Amino acid sequence: MAKQRSIEVLVGAFMAAALVALFFLAMKVSNLGTSPTADGYRVTARFANAGSLKVRAPVSMAGVRVGRVEEIRFDKKTYEAVVTMRIENGVDTIPDDTFANIFTAGLLGEQYVGLEPGGSEDFVRDGDELTQTQSALILEQMIGQFLFSKAEEGGK
Amino acid sequence: MTAAAVGSGPAPVSGAPTDQAPGACAAGAPESECLVRIRGLRFSHGPRVIFDDVDLDIRRGSVTAVMGPSGTGKTTLLKLISGQLRPDAGTIEVDGEPVHALRQSALFELRRRMGMLFQSGALLTDLSVFDNVAYPLREHLRLCPAMVRKLVLLKLEAVGLRGARDLKPNELSGGMARRVALARAIALDPMMILYDEPFTGQDPISMGVLVSLIRQLNDASRLTSIVVSHDVRETASIADYIYVISNGRVMAAGTPTAIAAERSEWVRQFMDGLPDGPVHFHYPAPDLAADLLTWGVG
Amino acid sequence: MAFKALRRGARAVVNAVLDPVAELGRSGLKALAGLGRAHLLFLHILAGSAEVLWRPRLLLAQVFNVGVLSVLIVAVSGLFVGMVLALQGFYVLSQFGAEESLGVMVAASLVRELGPVVTALLVAGRAGSALTAEIGLMKATEQLAGLEMMAVDPVRRILTPRFYGGLISMPLLVALFSAVGVLGGYFVGVGLLGVDDGAFWSQMQSKVDFREDVVNGVIKGLVFGVVVTWIALFQGYDATPTSAGVSRATTRAVVHAALAVLALDFVLTALMFGN
Repeated sequence: MAKQRSIEVLVGAFMAAALVALFFLAMKVSNLGTSPTADGYRVTARFANAGSLKVRAPVSMAGVRVGRVEEIRFDKKTYEAVVTMRIENGVDTIPDDTFANIFTAGLLGEQYVGLEPGGSEDFVRDGDELTQTQSALILEQMIGQFLFSKAEEGGK
Repeated sequence: MTAAAVGSGPAPVSGAPTDQAPGACAAGAPESECLVRIRGLRFSHGPRVIFDDVDLDIRRGSVTAVMGPSGTGKTTLLKLISGQLRPDAGTIEVDGEPVHALRQSALFELRRRMGMLFQSGALLTDLSVFDNVAYPLREHLRLCPAMVRKLVLLKLEAVGLRGARDLKPNELSGGMARRVALARAIALDPMMILYDEPFTGQDPISMGVLVSLIRQLNDASRLTSIVVSHDVRETASIADYIYVISNGRVMAAGTPTAIAAERSEWVRQFMDGLPDGPVHFHYPAPDLAADLLTWGVG
Repeated sequence: MAFKALRRGARAVVNAVLDPVAELGRSGLKALAGLGRAHLLFLHILAGSAEVLWRPRLLLAQVFNVGVLSVLIVAVSGLFVGMVLALQGFYVLSQFGAEESLGVMVAASLVRELGPVVTALLVAGRAGSALTAEIGLMKATEQLAGLEMMAVDPVRRILTPRFYGGLISMPLLVALFSAVGVLGGYFVGVGLLGVDDGAFWSQMQSKVDFREDVVNGVIKGLVFGVVVTWIALFQGYDATPTSAGVSRATTRAVVHAALAVLALDFVLTALMFGN
């Protein structure tokens, strides 16, 4: 019986340790501790070019992450990329004329959506659309434009 | 009743016994007399034919011995009777139930009324002697712990090992392990016990203990016992009826005295343990001289 | 005479060509039959599931055998794997001035891949081989047949609890391995190599997703738990009941389990992290 009891205790300790490990992985290692992912409200924005923006890329305001990209799809009528973002519930004072940009973190980093607040008194609500957007900068296009303008300069 | 009587003509599946059917309970005995009835049994293991049209009967309350040289499928016969193996053809009835055709649940129901003593004892190594004997009780009956304890101690007393109840199987001698296994086999008060080579590898004392135990248990608890063995003398001393099988056939059957009086050369060689006779000392092989002169490897 | 010899020669040549083909076919059929028996056994094991609930003690003992007894080896291995990852990662990342990403690298590789895979390999070696040997020996010593003669189904009584023991233990061990590994990486990265403490954790948190990475890793552990225990139990149950047979079965259990884990890991990774 004593053996049975020690087995029970050790199995209990093992399970507890494993749950602590899981909790540690959830809270400290992954993002579960920092953001409730399922919460928040949805805002969409249309971009002429979404670049290499990925689902789950951060949406940030003044450099602070306020949400994540939830869905990116193609609108076949307007030939635009429709990006759905999930914004945290706490951030509920985003003006409806906010400007949405697709930025790149660093020269080669991943792309994210940056929001620059406008001056409107009305705030966006769930399902609203941000109309003012600027597309991703495509490095090749920029280089192309740069070379083109240089060539024009040289031609003069 | 010799080998000639076996395998001649189609064997009756059940019903009225005929004069062809061998066995102690065949001649005019009522159906209920016969606990095990085997008819036309065929079984092969891969290409090797182990039983070829065997008929066999076991009478209730008797100790029946099945003897034969090693490798004749005596253990296989027990496995067939207990439904661990299924025959290729023929019927095996135990207590009126066709073992070969039973579904698992019905088979398990039947096995509660059977005990089997394995050669190795087959005790569960991580349980004590007490728990091993208690195992079938706890498994099949909803008894209170005090009742289980009483029953287990009684069964252990019957095999004389009540004092060894706290030992583990690896602390037992071979003979003791077999007696514990015997206590476990009778835990559920079965109607029949199958003994698989109970005497092999025993010293004379524990052999004597086992021999008398088998007879005593059989008579005291109104059991039916089937003893598979090739220890001629010990087995013959307790058996009511003996089947001698070899090469997939019943070579001889009868009471120990009848077998002792049997004239067949083969039976004589087996019963008396003669080194050479119809069964040759040599495994079949080509001529030695020719074999040695052949070139090649292997 | 010459014609006869020619014919015999031709037949020998044909046989020399056909024999390996026949051998291949035979072993293929044998493998297929084994696979069939393994699946039947799997169904049989699952059929005993209800009984495990009735007898939680049987399960407890098996969680002890597979889980608790593997904790030490899993934790120590996790620690060292995490430390090595940090060491190696640091030298590569520092060339790009991206030492802050060390946490991400260590955590992501542990949680997604190394945790489940290495744990499964360790459990296959530590607990799987023990299971195979145990079942194989029980078969060799007629204990399984003995149970059957007591009208107890050995698969349900002996194999099913062991199966669920492995199934439960494996994901828990995976979580332990990954957590200890991250801590090991932290000690080396932050403690020894001087990566910024805050950056180590914050980068990790922003890049490692709970559902995508941690949960998927644990699911991998669950799948590996099923496969490793199943293979171990099958090899034991299917072993030739002799000492040589059991030892061969034990080797086979570890080898097959390791191969199955690595191959399945590829499939699972493609399903989970691919698009």
